[in-house]
Amino acid sequence: MPVPLEHVIGLSAVLFAIGTIGALTRRNLVVIMMSIELMLNAVNLALLGFSRAWADPTGQIFVLMVITVAAAEVAVGLGILISLFRNRDSVNVEDVSLLKW
Amino acid sequence: MSAAAVLFYVFAAMTVVAALGMVLNVRNTVASAMSLVVAMIALAGIYVILEAHLVAVIQILVYAGAIVVLFLFVVMLLNLRSDAFAVPRSRLVKLLGMVVTGWILWVFVRLLPGSLPAVKALPEGFGGFRDVGRELFTSFVLPFEVTSFLLLAAIVGAVVLAKRRID
Repeated sequence: MPVPLEHVIGLSAVLFAIGTIGALTRRNLVVIMMSIELMLNAVNLALLGFSRAWADPTGQIFVLMVITVAAAEVAVGLGILISLFRNRDSVNVEDVSLLKW
Repeated sequence: MSAAAVLFYVFAAMTVVAALGMVLNVRNTVASAMSLVVAMIALAGIYVILEAHLVAVIQILVYAGAIVVLFLFVVMLLNLRSDAFAVPRSRLVKLLGMVVTGWILWVFVRLLPGSLPAVKALPEGFGGFRDVGRELFTSFVLPFEVTSFLLLAAIVGAVVLAKRRID
């Protein structure tokens, strides 16, 4: 392995943190969903790092499953987004607070 | 330092810069999506360095090729105005957030080096199409088949949600 595993996991943590910041501070729903994609990718990176360290392909299968779920999530999420925009004429999360306590 | 290590750090820097560009760019959503593409492609490079060749190919095909295109389509369709950050919270909440984040970071940095496994030597062909494919169609064949149900549900759901009127 060309780099220590700590660096791979550290990069994964940094990417997850950036994705979390994006999901928490942005108000545009499209960018929030992109941030969620970034967080999923950070998890994938950690899984692949461990898969390489243990020399076990199971982690790579997990990553393929995560990518599938991410694709399905984006398709459904953007469908919701379009119908939301049609009804409210906005993709700002602060305009959609009906279920917020 | 080997060439692979240098490439890892180059790709890591690219990924972090692109991710920051995606999150911090409030003026242009299309530019955010483009930053996401750069982050995904740099991550695919890191996957190759980690000997996950099949996953790297799938990453570029699915993320850079399909998901980001979907994002761009929606941005184009909706004609979004510029965005802004959320309203800042009170000072107490900020302070609390900093303390909690610092604590998590401290635990992470302190515990990480001792808790990782020793790196094992790789078998021949690790992470290639044959290796991962054999695993996928033997040990993980049930999850693989269930995935098709998930995708079917997602297709139907997306069509129903985005349709103008359900008859």
